[in-house]
Amino acid sequence: MLFRLPASSLKSVHSLKDVAANSSRLVARRTPVRFASSSSASSTVKSVLDSRAALASAAIATVGSIAWYTHLYGTLPFVGQVHANSPAEEGLHPPQYPWSHNGWLDSYDHASIRRGYQVYREVCAACHSLDRIAWRNLVGVSHTADEAKAMAEEVEYEDGPNDQGEMFQRPGKLSDYLPPPYPNEEAARASNQGALPPDLSLITKARHSGPDYVFALLTGYRDPPAGFEIREGMNYNPYFPGNAISMARVLFDELVEYEDGTPATTSQLAKDVVTFLNWAAEPEHDERKKAGIKAVILFSSLTLISLYVKRFKWSVIKNRKIFYNPPVDKTH
Amino acid sequence: MAGFANLFYNTFVRRNSVYVTAIFGSAFAFGVGFDTAVTSVWDKWNQGKQWKDIRDKYIQDEE
Repeated sequence: MLFRLPASSLKSVHSLKDVAANSSRLVARRTPVRFASSSSASSTVKSVLDSRAALASAAIATVGSIAWYTHLYGTLPFVGQVHANSPAEEGLHPPQYPWSHNGWLDSYDHASIRRGYQVYREVCAACHSLDRIAWRNLVGVSHTADEAKAMAEEVEYEDGPNDQGEMFQRPGKLSDYLPPPYPNEEAARASNQGALPPDLSLITKARHSGPDYVFALLTGYRDPPAGFEIREGMNYNPYFPGNAISMARVLFDELVEYEDGTPATTSQLAKDVVTFLNWAAEPEHDERKKAGIKAVILFSSLTLISLYVKRFKWSVIKNRKIFYNPPVDKTH
Repeated sequence: MAGFANLFYNTFVRRNSVYVTAIFGSAFAFGVGFDTAVTSVWDKWNQGKQWKDIRDKYIQDEE
């Protein structure tokens, strides 16, 4: 910034300084009794600048602005970095979306979980398994026990062996897990041109940026930019590492008819299914936040109490004065 | 203040059986009360989002 200033401006700065010095001298002459520290304006400024508070706040401002920069841009300021990956290979970073369960006190939106289950069941479940969720897990979260039982009974599970030592088919129970679309990984790859659709139970925990990434991926399909070579059967998605993904765009407006009348736009479908998948990955979320609130309240009040008790107990020791009374010579 | 301290001492601390019972009883009561208070704040904050708020729409009457 200083380079841009004309040289004459520096002269005016000098003259300002002279004026300040003169005036302080004047003040000093007029009030000779006052203390040196308060007599001149410049020394007051100096003592403020030298104070511990100034040092501490400058340090906090420095560390804070570097931390803020690093958080915002992902790199340290003024430090060059070399990456083996191009940004395309890493995938576009997703924006942060305002999830209904983002805040410290916010629970899941369970109506959204219920709609998301419907989307998973009607769309995603054609290719993706959800191994770690059983029908019973839906009870009291998104469905009543009767509904979950009815849904489980629509699926046939292999059970056994029976008295003759043979396996048999039976309708599902609440304790059964959601049925996988393919019997094994090889079958899944064979049906998807060699690409394995990942299990979705923990997908929001297993990807960087979690739900934001999954939402951005589901809604991020578009035409590849000019010059981007894409193989047959692959699709362009800027959020996917490498930008070429085997999964085609699956969510379209009005693809699913919600029972509660919510307009089924693409982004609504994606938001609901991501909320559902987030629940599948973190079913303990609501209870965890509630326990967290309790823990913060209890532990902070216990800390305050212990600090008070410490000060109370130490006050006697900290406030005592030790006097030395020399022995009086009584001989004369 | 001294009157209250004396009353407290004479009522709860004088006999160890009463003292221990009072500690356990008050811990239990505090646990229940604290949980109720936190839950009511939680429910108020998350009104309309939890399962118990929307389950009426899906429950079928057992006739």
